[in-house]
Amino acid sequence: MRRELGRIYAVAWKDLLSEIRTKEMFGGMAVFALLTIITFNFAFDLTGVDRAASGAGALWVAISFAAMLGLGRSIAVERDRGSLDGLLLCPVDRGVLYLGKLLSNLIFILLVEAISVPVFGALYDLPIYRPTLLLGLLLGTIGFAGIGTLFAVMASTTRAREILFPVLLFPVAVPVVIATVRVASMTLSGTTGDVGRWLNLLVGFDVVFLTIAFLVFDRIVEE
Amino acid sequence: MSDTRLRGAPPDLAPTSAPPSVRTVGVTKRYGRRGVLRGITLTVQPGERVALLGPNGAGKTTLLRILATLSRPTSGTVEIAGFRPDRDAQAVRSRLGVVAHQSYLYDDLTAEENLRFYARMYAVEDAAARIDEVLERVGLAGWRRERVRTFSRGMQQRLALARAMLHRPSVLLLDEPDSALDRAGVRILARLVEEHAAAGGTTVLTTHDLGLGLEVADRVVLLQQGQVVLDAPAADLDVAEIERRLGYR
Repeated sequence: MRRELGRIYAVAWKDLLSEIRTKEMFGGMAVFALLTIITFNFAFDLTGVDRAASGAGALWVAISFAAMLGLGRSIAVERDRGSLDGLLLCPVDRGVLYLGKLLSNLIFILLVEAISVPVFGALYDLPIYRPTLLLGLLLGTIGFAGIGTLFAVMASTTRAREILFPVLLFPVAVPVVIATVRVASMTLSGTTGDVGRWLNLLVGFDVVFLTIAFLVFDRIVEE
Repeated sequence: MSDTRLRGAPPDLAPTSAPPSVRTVGVTKRYGRRGVLRGITLTVQPGERVALLGPNGAGKTTLLRILATLSRPTSGTVEIAGFRPDRDAQAVRSRLGVVAHQSYLYDDLTAEENLRFYARMYAVEDAAARIDEVLERVGLAGWRRERVRTFSRGMQQRLALARAMLHRPSVLLLDEPDSALDRAGVRILARLVEEHAAAGGTTVLTTHDLGLGLEVADRVVLLQQGQVVLDAPAADLDVAEIERRLGYR
């Protein structure tokens, strides 16, 4: 078990180290998220609409699309330079490779959130430092990254992967998107009655889909 | 089948009663209607050095990818050191060292970081000392802290050799390992293969350089259109005939 954890860490570590040196992926994700938040801020009349509801939607649009940029690229880079075969040659369970890639993707998306959520709070003048909002974001991010990592591998074998990836991902990710937006809008508007149900949905989604992804990853990643 | 066959002995010191290092029986591979391999039956004993020769499209790389567990045969069976990839993939992979057309290296990591990553993935014991050793053997000890991005193609190929040797595999699968290597690099390659064989290790390599193939291998297998058309000791070969078949003359 300890050896497997070390291998998961190793896969994530080499992704993070490469990214720290190149800043290719994280820079693009962060700029995209910030531009989206700023654009929505000017597009919406925040005095005339439900600011919490529209703000929650804008925030998750920014995060999910930025996440898709990173998820698609993290696998495509491995495939294009042939290093995915190097990983597949290693005598490790395929689930270990999945968890390693998931961990690095998760860290990138959480770092984007660490930058974009405070900017969102300032621009929309909303109280973002609330435990339920941050918990909802964390659970939603885990679920989105979990299935995103799997579908990114699936799409990476095709020539039209940039188109296929979101087409595959979004229908399955709909429950995560809806639940996260609902948790955020309810928390931001102060109506926290049903938040627990949406958080439960997110926990259930994460457990089910991460388990499925872990189990089927070897079928997806191999020829 | 449990992974206990070689318990107690390092992978490169297989006992004399060990099963063949590589055994394929009737291996075929089809992509759609196109047959790339047509019934390859091959046995390679521990310590043998086999050069797979053949013109472009003969199926050399496809066969090596199947042996490396990166591709599945359409039909037929494969065994590496007695283990079948479809049943004991991890036991097979732990015994293989592979050099392919891609280096499997990460451009933005240093040579040492790349090897440290693979050492962890292969659970190499005493990784730091082993990394020092393999870097020394491929002549890159002075470049260990340089990023792979700054390496020439030949240096990347040497580092790929170091990566493949890192976990002391019993079987080396080398797909055109001499590509991009200068003369010094080819000498290093020949020496590594020789030392590997002396330690009981097996090497299967493909090359378009007939001279190198005959120099490093003690057996030559010629593939044409996905079939073995010649399998003979390197010393017995009629070089002119091989060159004619390869289209070099």
